[in-house]
Amino acid sequence: MKNNALYIWLRQKPRIAFFMCLPLILMVLCLIIYPFIYSIFLSMLNKAETKFVGIGNYLFLFKRETFWLVVQQSIFFALVAVFFKALIGFIAAHSINAIPSKGQRKWRGMLLIPWVIPPALSTLGWWWLFEPTYSALNWFLKEISLPAIPWLSETFWARFSIILVNIWVGAPFFLIMYLAALKSIPEDLYEAASIDGANYRQKLYYITLPMMKNIISITILFSIIVTFANFDIVRVLTRGGPIDTTHLFATYAFRVGIESGDIPLGASVSLFMFPILAILAFIILRSVRKRALEV
Amino acid sequence: MLITALKTNKEIAEMATNPWLIKQGITFEHFNYLFTKTPFLTFFKNTIIVTISVVIITMIISVLAAYSLSRLKFWGSGVLATGIFLTYLVPETLLFIPLFKIVGWLGLLNSYWVLVLVYPTLSVPFCTWLMIGYFSSIPKEIDEAALIDGANHMQMLLKVFIPVAMPGLIAATIFAFTVSWAGFLYPLAFIYSESEMVLTVGTVTTLIKGDVFHWGGLMAGALLAAAPPVIIYAFLMDYYIAGLTSGATKG
Repeated sequence: MKNNALYIWLRQKPRIAFFMCLPLILMVLCLIIYPFIYSIFLSMLNKAETKFVGIGNYLFLFKRETFWLVVQQSIFFALVAVFFKALIGFIAAHSINAIPSKGQRKWRGMLLIPWVIPPALSTLGWWWLFEPTYSALNWFLKEISLPAIPWLSETFWARFSIILVNIWVGAPFFLIMYLAALKSIPEDLYEAASIDGANYRQKLYYITLPMMKNIISITILFSIIVTFANFDIVRVLTRGGPIDTTHLFATYAFRVGIESGDIPLGASVSLFMFPILAILAFIILRSVRKRALEV
Repeated sequence: MLITALKTNKEIAEMATNPWLIKQGITFEHFNYLFTKTPFLTFFKNTIIVTISVVIITMIISVLAAYSLSRLKFWGSGVLATGIFLTYLVPETLLFIPLFKIVGWLGLLNSYWVLVLVYPTLSVPFCTWLMIGYFSSIPKEIDEAALIDGANHMQMLLKVFIPVAMPGLIAATIFAFTVSWAGFLYPLAFIYSESEMVLTVGTVTTLIKGDVFHWGGLMAGALLAAAPPVIIYAFLMDYYIAGLTSGATKG
């Protein structure tokens, strides 16, 4: 009885609750929702922002070859990078889980370093490795008498380098998520499987993967969003070159909108990310809810 | 393993003037150059001001909101919680162009205070989400006891919730710190004079001048700028990882 009375008293305070949320609501309204709507409006103006052109900017983009290249490149980049990040993260999590727990903390700490350094700065370090004239990687290749590789000046290698750096930065995130998931799998499942005569591969397929299914799909979806919207790495490493072949949506929008001063066109470029992000966000929300219900 | 190999390589690379190896002894010349000939210290100061302000603002907004959303149900609070999760999925690259116009109207363009304004949009959603999780795990009996003792909401938040949810609070603080320290796109888009720049952008743009690369200086700068997050993380790693893996995160 007393319990109930207390909760009624608590619920009678919606006004306090609302005021406590007010800063958050204001922030979301002013700095996220309003800019988003404004962005849609902006994307329908002409370059000088004096005339309303409707979907003119979008039609213009559709006719540009560079834009389609950006679309292809972004999707390719996100899928390949996320696949390898997840794979490497998974393997690394398994290896760390297999070593005695005394060394685990040290290894985990070391492998997480790439993820902690601000990406813009660690990319600088990578840039030094790739740089044409002093390239440290090419110096190494020369030592073992292989031809030098034009890391950043040839489309294929530039894409390769960007994806490589992205994997380096992002794989540790998968590592910690998977390590946490691995540790939450009850040990007796494996014991039971051993008694039934399951080998390593069978344990992986029938216990580990099904138990981790949810966390794997959530991390992959998250990572696709972040990788897809990536900016820092491409910007520092190639600035979208050579000849616009490594642009992603974000760097292309920056080039068009801020550097070339065509803000409406830049806004329309970055708005193209929205449908894809919205679909991914919807799936994530659904699987997070499902996971919450299971727990 | 690949990652480890690459990492150690890079660390060696950052220290050396010759590829891979230090052949001519260690030199502090580059650090000297960095401090005396470039506005590196200004960048450092700006970054610290921005980061501290962002962390304080983030923590105030998200702790208040998380307390209210986890304990005091009100009309629309469920929708709001879902909405926060969705805003967390909005990448900075989606909104930087309209924000560029908006900060222009506010007269904040080319000032580091603009970062104090916009960074919370990146850090608050996740911190709120994280704190809701931690606050919800506090048993209801504790706040009933506090209410019976006559505590009001403020007292309850400060004296009961914050101490109990300290690990979550630390994780959220580190997250806000990382976000504002590593931010690159917003300062690159909104700030163009050297006296207002922060470390990430300052190191990348001003130390690369034309065709002359000061590799030593550049690497020394990158190393120093990356040091604070690494140091903080080295001490508080366990809290941070526990916090991150308890809520879904991005990376």
